[in-house]
Amino acid sequence: MTTVTTQIKLTPEHSARPGVSMRSRLQDALPKIVLAPSFAITVVFVYGFILWTVYLSFTNSKTFPSYALTGPRAYQRLWRWTFESDPPSSWYTSIINMGIFGFLYIFICLALGLFLAILLDQKIRGEGMLRPIYLYPMALSFIVTGVAWKWFLDPGLGLEQTLHQWGWTSFHFDWIKNKDFVIYTVVIAGVWQASGFIMAMFLAGLRGIDGEIMKAAQIDGATTFQLYRRIVIPLLRPIFLSAFIVLAHLAIKSYDLVVALTSGGPGGSAWLPSNFMYEYTFKRNEMAVGSASAVIMLMTITAIIVPYLYSELRERPR
Amino acid sequence: MSAIATPARQSTGGISARTVNRIVIYGLLALFALFYLMPLFVMLVTSFKTMDEIQNGNMLALPQAPTFEPWLKAWGETCVGLTCAGIKGYFWNSIKMVVPAVLISTLLGALNGYVLTKWRFRGHTLVFGLMLFACFIPFQSVLLPMATILGSLGRFGVTLRNATGFSFGLGNPTVNLVFVHVVYGLGFTTLFFRNYYEAFPTELVKAAQVDGASFFQIFRRIMLPNSMPIFVVTVIYQFTNIWNDFLFASAYAGTGDAMPMTVALNNVVNTSTGVVEYNVNMAAAMIAALPTLLVYVVAGRYFVRGLMAGAVKG
Repeated sequence: MTTVTTQIKLTPEHSARPGVSMRSRLQDALPKIVLAPSFAITVVFVYGFILWTVYLSFTNSKTFPSYALTGPRAYQRLWRWTFESDPPSSWYTSIINMGIFGFLYIFICLALGLFLAILLDQKIRGEGMLRPIYLYPMALSFIVTGVAWKWFLDPGLGLEQTLHQWGWTSFHFDWIKNKDFVIYTVVIAGVWQASGFIMAMFLAGLRGIDGEIMKAAQIDGATTFQLYRRIVIPLLRPIFLSAFIVLAHLAIKSYDLVVALTSGGPGGSAWLPSNFMYEYTFKRNEMAVGSASAVIMLMTITAIIVPYLYSELRERPR
Repeated sequence: MSAIATPARQSTGGISARTVNRIVIYGLLALFALFYLMPLFVMLVTSFKTMDEIQNGNMLALPQAPTFEPWLKAWGETCVGLTCAGIKGYFWNSIKMVVPAVLISTLLGALNGYVLTKWRFRGHTLVFGLMLFACFIPFQSVLLPMATILGSLGRFGVTLRNATGFSFGLGNPTVNLVFVHVVYGLGFTTLFFRNYYEAFPTELVKAAQVDGASFFQIFRRIMLPNSMPIFVVTVIYQFTNIWNDFLFASAYAGTGDAMPMTVALNNVVNTSTGVVEYNVNMAAAMIAALPTLLVYVVAGRYFVRGLMAGAVKG
């Protein structure tokens, strides 16, 4: 932190006893007055709206909101759809996709991010050039990412066609058009976008590890592999946690990527719960069901985030 | 920490093992660099090709006769839905939305962070916790009520315009989006500034208080001059997020002339009338990506720091 050079003007009439004059009382309340609008906005537009959505999920709102409570019918339908696997209901597809996408996206991003960070940490020449290359996708919108990968994975134009031209004519890759595999293309594009950022997180963590510990372990005869497995990776635990939180929250929020990359996939086969919510609310005029799915998404995120935030905010008592 | 790859030197054959090791490492790094660069490369070369070349040529080949035509067409002629006037209007829509939203949310975040660290009151952790949690909610859980409210405000705006001749921005999609992005960006900006000011020496503030400086004087004369780095981080973070947003944009300005760039791009690409002009699509995608890429290239370090600050609660 640079030193503050600004001189503060002395105001002559500062009252030593607070609460005496009107002015000083205002001065005391000022911080709260400044914070109040933001706090009020948060309370109303976040928490109030969440309650509103919860309320809507207990009505039978269709195209327009209706405010007569009709019980947990929307949840009952979602519950029924949860087990409707043949033919799969949209909700079934959405949550199965969420499971596949969530697991693979988080797992591959963590593994690849850690792997790249460890490689980059081996005194690499040109690290300054490689890092931004790994990271730039994070600056792109999901829509751009989707458009780019849609083109790249298109069987008629992209990778498949290119490899055919190079002579590998038996190569076949049509996942993006295949209802059973389309969700994996979302994983590929998602990993492409976020793994570089996870790499940067791990790299920052690696650079923060005390070199003495490493030296001591090396003197004790630990191999490089042991060093990483037994010492470095356990030391990175906090980074794993943060990265997991980031990825889990990105995964549950993913909506744009599915839209841009697959337009929902053949027959909605690439839907995630976020797409389900949007489609049911705005396109299929099932507002109550859409709201109920939004509430379920929120509860999932809450279950992951709240314990994390709670421990983070508690850790440093003051 | 970086010296881990060296211990292989003990054995006599170590030198060659080490060399092999290095080759493998560099090879892998290069391979992944290719993986990350490939889609951008393909997008870029395709945007400079003619349609003939795309249909008959190789995706990875450089354009034989580079042409700016697709870029010009994307900017000024291509069809977004039924309107065929290019994406330039939508590009400006995004700018008009992003600039005020970033400025307002950043400034409010700075003030909030200042209050939450230097003017603490009972329950400040709870207030901050509530604002912080708002960063993580899936926006689907507020999407509908916000749509309803914006709808009512729009109707009120019409009434107002009929009565006074001016709607005060109510019902204007761009104004709506600015509002929405400010509301749901506040948590992040507050988080950034709070964490930054947390490390700022409180003694300075106390000393200024003793000297009789007021709340705003301290903010303006002490905090602001020392907040440059966090301002850059926050502005970049907000700019990227708001520019790239698609959910709010498609829900509240999904049709018509007011849609932001992301929605327009999605429409261009998914318009299925006539021949699909891939080169134009790719040029449009590049145009949509350029502002954030530019920010990344110019201020990459701050960009990363912002992401980290948003991720790792420092």
